[in-house]
Amino acid sequence: MKRIYVKEEWCLGCHLCEYECAFANSGIADMVKALKGKTIHPNVHVEDCGDIHFAVNCRHCKDPICVHSCISGALTKGEDGVVRIDRDKCVGCLTCVLVCPYGAVLPAPDGHAAMKCALCTDNGRGEPNCVKYCPNGAIVFEEREAAE
Amino acid sequence: MKKYDYILIGNSTASVAAIEGIRSVDPRGSILVVGDEERFVYGRPLISYYLLGATDERRMDYRPRSFYEDNGAELRLGVRAERIDPAAKTVTFADGSAAKYGRLLVATGSRPFDPPMEGIESVPHRFHFMKMADALALEKYLSPAARVLIVGAGLIGLKCFEGIADRVGSVAVVDLAGRVLPSILDETGAAMVQRKLEEHGATFYLSDSVARFDKDTATLRSGKRIEFDILVTAVGVQPNTELVKDVGGEVARGIVTDACGRTSIPDVYAAGDCAESFDIASGTRRILALLPNAYFQGHCAGVNMAGGSERFDNAAPFNAIGFFGMHVLTAGVYEGEAYVEKGEKTYKALFCKDDLLKGFILIDLPERAGVYTAMLRERIPLSQVDAESLKRSPGWNAFPAEMRKARFTKEV
Amino acid sequence: MDLYIRPDYEVVRNTDRCIACRVCERQCANEVHTFDPETGKMRADESKCVNCHRCVSLCPTHALKIVKTDNTYRENANWSAQTINEVYRQANTGGVLLSSMGNPKPFPVFWDKMLLNASQVTNPPIDPLREPMETQLWLGKRTAKIERDEKGLLKDTLAPQLKLSVPILFSAMSYGSISYNAHESLARAAEELGTYYNTGEGGLHRDFYRYGKNTIVQVASGRFGVHKEYLETAAAIEIKMGQGAKPGIGGHLPGAKISADVSETRMIPQGVDAISPAPHHDIYSIEDLKQLVDSLKEATEHKKPIIVKIAAVHNAAAIASGIARSGADIIAIDGFRGGTGAAPTRIRDNVGIPIEMALAQIDARLRDEGIRDEVSILVGGSIRSSADVVKAIALGADACYIGTAALLALGCHLCRSCHTGKCNWGIATQRPDLVKRLNPDLAYKRLVNLVSAWKHEIEEIMGGMGINSLEALRGNRLMLRGIGLTDTELRLLGIRYAGESL
Repeated sequence: MKRIYVKEEWCLGCHLCEYECAFANSGIADMVKALKGKTIHPNVHVEDCGDIHFAVNCRHCKDPICVHSCISGALTKGEDGVVRIDRDKCVGCLTCVLVCPYGAVLPAPDGHAAMKCALCTDNGRGEPNCVKYCPNGAIVFEEREAAE
Repeated sequence: MKKYDYILIGNSTASVAAIEGIRSVDPRGSILVVGDEERFVYGRPLISYYLLGATDERRMDYRPRSFYEDNGAELRLGVRAERIDPAAKTVTFADGSAAKYGRLLVATGSRPFDPPMEGIESVPHRFHFMKMADALALEKYLSPAARVLIVGAGLIGLKCFEGIADRVGSVAVVDLAGRVLPSILDETGAAMVQRKLEEHGATFYLSDSVARFDKDTATLRSGKRIEFDILVTAVGVQPNTELVKDVGGEVARGIVTDACGRTSIPDVYAAGDCAESFDIASGTRRILALLPNAYFQGHCAGVNMAGGSERFDNAAPFNAIGFFGMHVLTAGVYEGEAYVEKGEKTYKALFCKDDLLKGFILIDLPERAGVYTAMLRERIPLSQVDAESLKRSPGWNAFPAEMRKARFTKEV
Repeated sequence: MDLYIRPDYEVVRNTDRCIACRVCERQCANEVHTFDPETGKMRADESKCVNCHRCVSLCPTHALKIVKTDNTYRENANWSAQTINEVYRQANTGGVLLSSMGNPKPFPVFWDKMLLNASQVTNPPIDPLREPMETQLWLGKRTAKIERDEKGLLKDTLAPQLKLSVPILFSAMSYGSISYNAHESLARAAEELGTYYNTGEGGLHRDFYRYGKNTIVQVASGRFGVHKEYLETAAAIEIKMGQGAKPGIGGHLPGAKISADVSETRMIPQGVDAISPAPHHDIYSIEDLKQLVDSLKEATEHKKPIIVKIAAVHNAAAIASGIARSGADIIAIDGFRGGTGAAPTRIRDNVGIPIEMALAQIDARLRDEGIRDEVSILVGGSIRSSADVVKAIALGADACYIGTAALLALGCHLCRSCHTGKCNWGIATQRPDLVKRLNPDLAYKRLVNLVSAWKHEIEEIMGGMGINSLEALRGNRLMLRGIGLTDTELRLLGIRYAGESL
């Protein structure tokens, strides 16, 4: 399946993807209205390490430990391969946050659920917004082969 | 007598995982699932959230209602397996019927265990807190005036408290240990959790125990007396190992299995709270009665039952538990050198030994905790990463570029 | 902040739109933007702003604009604000003023004073979408003698040629003055387009030897990075005698830009200023130049064309005549509006002549002397569009070098601060965190797009004139008419005034 990959050598650490993600998932059509004066809670996170930067978001693992560990059945891996969270079923225990090796499942700001990237399949964007607006082609959405 | 390729005894997490494991290898083999609860499969830990109002009976389904049908599994609820005959490869049920199996999974879970307590029979309203039936029974007696006594300040007792705190008059909690959650928290962490629970009305009687019950009064060893209307006992659990033990299968504290989920009896597998795992954090075999662990065991057993190959050899205890918005995440064992960051409302303790992260406690610092869990479960040597940076904040920026490349540039 | 000099620009932030995402802060190497945690708002120190537009471009809510300040000195047509500021600056430092990119002064741009012809009735225009249009060309000597072998078959006596699929090449920009990623982008684009890029005098990084078939290597007065393999790898060799932005001046790459990689490529010490002398110390005459041309030809077994590049100066035509006789295959002329990574401001702004005049005169002179076929003519020094290319070819050029336009395609916003080494677009810098801002995977495609677009336009314009090959356009001055030009200018350009029929 197509997944999001970060190209560390081209990531500038500008953190735009975080804002584009928060905007895409805000449900508000205007970025200023969606984000101004607010603390953002994106599903993608840029990690910094000196001059090295890279964006981390859900890897949609083939064998997703978050799904296996979910106590309520709120996390599922769809037939399209996308790992999604059903907020309605989630009770916010954060077991998924505790087990995701990438730190890509996050506590939702309301504290009552977890949240994660669904490749912008659930917000009407059609394609991942972080990828679309990365100014340097450092985040890509493509098919790749499996790791050993 | 009907023959099934797979019979799964028990109908909770391990069993569901086994179905998913079997179907990942064998799309067609016949499956029978029997469960003694008359209820569609649900996440057991959700019962406190149910009382709290954070979920309801409909949303508690662990899988969609069509799960068994979709997976071609026959489901029989309200049926208890009485015994197995490994030679004939049959299971006999409580209703007298029997079935033949090709491969069998024992996922019978555990049951509450109450040590002998004097006068307990005189208590009219006493409950356990492990199953939905327990929660529903308890719920009937909840009222704004009710006084509740919970014996046991472990995970079950305290989650029960959270569930009922706002629905009853008062709650007293008694535990023999000197702190709450003694199995997963150190003193600092336990004190924080205790304070949080006290803010929500809990009264604790620690390092104490009930000497005697007399209907609506408990007299503690210290001599204190607690009057109550409802008693919840959450002292301990006992694994349901009899099916295997009775026919000579190897059982220690729980059913003993290898890394593929096989018991000592041919074609009989075990998973979930009735079975032991090898805990890589403590280096010992033990029961890890945690939902994710039941899933991993069940899935592994299912795959192997169906002729596939999977090993589950990195079990470790990890807990995510919340109380009134306070998130407590813990994992592993608390041995070795401690790295501690104590904030006003947060607490981080990491325990390192032999170049490994052995365990951690995070209170209200949940962000990206999974990176620590990965260090622990995958036994990544601290010397291979920027340990100081990792301790300060969990992230892949503490890992060397090659390790990131291996994980981030391909499908995982 | 400088007591005398006020900033030229103001950073205007629409606070209604700003979401304080701090992208501007993270992306400004000049540290103009800062976040004030107390107010939760962004601030700007415009005294550091070079108006490169990195922040403006990346601001996700379009909350930023940079405007020219309306702070003003007492108006004076003679003493402009810039002139006054330059005096202040020199009074502050005692130094020579440095600038980057091309001459910004309001000298006439003759491309804009020439109009192109189109066919009507008597000779029909050609539709390039329906009929073949030849934009392929060869650069080199066209003076092959007809010789036959003993069997009577023709011998190949043609001098080495450079084949181009478009009449556009990327002009010389050294690794050092521009970044590794900028070089990679140019090299990859040249390969895909079937044209050439030019190493400048900075040598050729080992990683780029694979693009040798599309590489022109330079031999300049500093001889940086010149060795046998360098010459052999290239498609052609350019001897750089001068540069349009700073005729008569050598080069000066500050030590700070000489990283380990640059040092190895240039074969000079790391961190030490690299000085290219003003003259080649072995060339004081056309005869000396011929020796170098011959040496380079010998070194490469006469397989590669030799280009001699000069700045457009007053006696360009006479000099070109000499170069044509020196054995060179191609003459490159660089006009006074050509860009540079760093030049003394006074030189950049006051020395040299427009490329249009130099080209017209050189072409005419070589024709008069009957040696036009001895050389091809390449022109550069501010070719800004496909129309400039067509006009240049009609004036007599074979093909055009583009530098500034190529940099713009890469993202350059012409802030003219290359000499600071802090290019926010990752082009004119060696700072690793800035260099990585230019991803060649994206950047080379922008170059390919630009040149492809120009190629389509060239075909369109030629078709309109009823011309179907560059060969038929070259030196075809009847296709040009002047507008707003004096008689002298018309005479020098060799064209008629608009409205004048044959």
